[in-house]
Amino acid sequence: MKKYIAFFRLRFSMGLQYRAAALAGISTQFFWGAMEILMFRAFYRTNPDAFPMTLRATCAYVWLQQAFLALFVTWVLEHEIFDAILNGNIAYELCRPISIYNMWFSRNLAQRFSGALLRCVPILLVAAFLPAPYGLMAPAGLLNFFLFFLTLLLGVGVTVAFCMLVYMLCFFTISPMGLRIVTVSMVEFFSGGVIPLPFLPDGVREVVELLPFASMQNVPLRIYSGDLQGKDMLRPLLLQIFWLCLLVAVGKILDALAMKKITVQGG
Amino acid sequence: MITMQNVCKTYKVSKRDAGFSSAFKALFHKEYELIHALDGVSFTISDGEMVGYIGPNGAGKSSTIKILSGILTPEEGICLVNGLTPWKNRIEHVKNIGVVFGQRTQLWWDVPVLDSFELLKEIYRIDEHVYRRNLEQLTDMLGLSELLRTPTRQLSLGQRMRCEIAASLLHDPQILFLDEPTIGLDAVSKLAVRDFILKLNAEKKTTVILTTHDMQDIEALTSRIILIGKGHILLDGSLADIKEGFESADEGLASFYRIHDL
Amino acid sequence: MKLYGKYFMIHLKSIMQYKTSFLLSCLGQFLVSFNLFLGIYFMFRRFSQVEGFTYSEVLLCCGITLLEFSLAEAFARGFDTFGSIISHGEFDRILVRPRNEIFQVLASRIELSRLGRVLQAVVMFVYGINASHVRWTFQKAAVVMLMLLGGAVVFSGFFVIYASICFFTIEGLEFMNIFTDGAREYGKYPVSIYGKKVLQLCTFVIPYALIQYYPLLYLLDRGKAYYALLPLAACLFMIPCLALWKIGVRHYVSSGS
Repeated sequence: MKKYIAFFRLRFSMGLQYRAAALAGISTQFFWGAMEILMFRAFYRTNPDAFPMTLRATCAYVWLQQAFLALFVTWVLEHEIFDAILNGNIAYELCRPISIYNMWFSRNLAQRFSGALLRCVPILLVAAFLPAPYGLMAPAGLLNFFLFFLTLLLGVGVTVAFCMLVYMLCFFTISPMGLRIVTVSMVEFFSGGVIPLPFLPDGVREVVELLPFASMQNVPLRIYSGDLQGKDMLRPLLLQIFWLCLLVAVGKILDALAMKKITVQGG
Repeated sequence: MITMQNVCKTYKVSKRDAGFSSAFKALFHKEYELIHALDGVSFTISDGEMVGYIGPNGAGKSSTIKILSGILTPEEGICLVNGLTPWKNRIEHVKNIGVVFGQRTQLWWDVPVLDSFELLKEIYRIDEHVYRRNLEQLTDMLGLSELLRTPTRQLSLGQRMRCEIAASLLHDPQILFLDEPTIGLDAVSKLAVRDFILKLNAEKKTTVILTTHDMQDIEALTSRIILIGKGHILLDGSLADIKEGFESADEGLASFYRIHDL
Repeated sequence: MKLYGKYFMIHLKSIMQYKTSFLLSCLGQFLVSFNLFLGIYFMFRRFSQVEGFTYSEVLLCCGITLLEFSLAEAFARGFDTFGSIISHGEFDRILVRPRNEIFQVLASRIELSRLGRVLQAVVMFVYGINASHVRWTFQKAAVVMLMLLGGAVVFSGFFVIYASICFFTIEGLEFMNIFTDGAREYGKYPVSIYGKKVLQLCTFVIPYALIQYYPLLYLLDRGKAYYALLPLAACLFMIPCLALWKIGVRHYVSSGS
């Protein structure tokens, strides 16, 4: 466990060094959030009846999404990992006395949390003070607040576990770039990164909500604002747990296969 | 003809202590340190001369080369290269010079060397027949015929350096700046490069200014040495001045550095 | 012009060395903009219009903005990656050549993989034209050309600003994305839907509305006649950008950093 915490601290202090970058990132994300909300406002004004969430909940969704962007984005799929696989530096990693899967998993987690910790506080603070309904509302209730944190953790877990699958598959393909490109855009859309999933037409939405992608940011961001309420919260929570276990299990199997392949081929 | 008179160049370097609080302070108030890279540098180089420009790291060598090639503007002093002030008449001036940065490449990485040459022909607006003639000569002198159709990335360092040098000479420059041209080369390539520079100087009367840490380059190529340290010219003379009383040029130079506390 | 052609050929040849990777990045560009399209598509499955603009009109707007952006990106990409040009010392090399430095930077990166995005933009644009019931006249076609020109100039202007700042610092430049990627992303809808303040900002401070919203109104027969010429006015934006660039080069030449 200690060595994973060491990774985390290293990442965190590395992230802290680039204050200007963090500042720039925060203002960019703030802008992004504001524009997104203005866009939804335009649709809301045009036809409030067709709006599938309350405007307040949508705004909360957008602000939380921006604040915790670093937790859920897929395009941080780490370059170093891809490069290590391609240029053979992976050999160094194999020399270390921990499993590749666990190491990368913790590294990825560390990167996400350190990135998000730096950035979320200012965004959340400012968003909280914006006038209703455009600002970040208080959580819909104590239970929602608690479940928000729980599902946030699970969501990050699912995201990382999914990224790990992509990394592991890279051992089996010569051109990881194509894989990366396709997965990145797919995850972006199906996880509710482009528009929140409730905005999809019902038939499509019901299918999409079952996919692992819906178990990422979709669940916590909607629980916070009470868009998911009461026993509606149970199914997504269970789905998250299910997908997390399944993705990790498949990842571990791929990990074992990849290691076998590498040792057989001699790198 | 190159003249530099009393050229001064100062850099402002912001300094900052480690730690979060000083980093925070630096957001509002920056402290600068002035570094005198060149402090009253003067020399004259006549046409057709070959000069070794040496000095320890950070002495001001590359600042001088940058000023002479028009990349850097000094605060004070006069600098004339063939009657032009490099930083004022930059575009006119650079038509007459060739520059080889030993650690960088000007060739396009993924295409055959010849394509890079053709592009340079357009950039420098070289006449077709001048280009043909120079290309032929350079190919011959540097032994490039096998290499021209190879993409740059597949060349060895020595092969690449030969191509780099050819690339800098396609437009018939009167002055050639060589910034560490032999760094990292094997013995054979080093000799080939030196040989070529000697021939070039003898046949085309090209003025060559060479910076290097390799004293063998200097011994093989230049009769004149300009030695710079801490922004001042410390010696303008011959290799013999340094070598005097020592086994080798390296030892002489090392002792010279020690005496001047460089 | 001949020289630019040469540069272009070299880029083409370089790319041909990595065909798969080229095709993949085209695909990537396509997919990224495809998400943009999906977002619009599904919003309009629910809403029939937004602030007076219909689905096909929004697609037309989005297609034009994307085209403007990808044109700028394909040709002015050198400025976008200028940070690395500086830190690798390539700019020194540019300065020792007897050609205009802006031209050389322009030509040093030509990003053909943006074709994926262009393709997407063209598809949306054509669909928008067909479905939006625009009565096409010669003038309107000319206005579209002006929009593309003005848009490419404005976006390039921001790339130039970005590059100029690189002369002074390379830290924290991420915020410039607001003006480039941000404008592309939110330029999918006519600027007016974001509210009056944003529209004013995009009219008088940064000229985005001049290359998008106003001429679009003209195309849809809802605007005044002079709206058609606003993209030309937007081109003036390049002047301060180039001035900033000049200041940057002077700084570089005097500090040598």
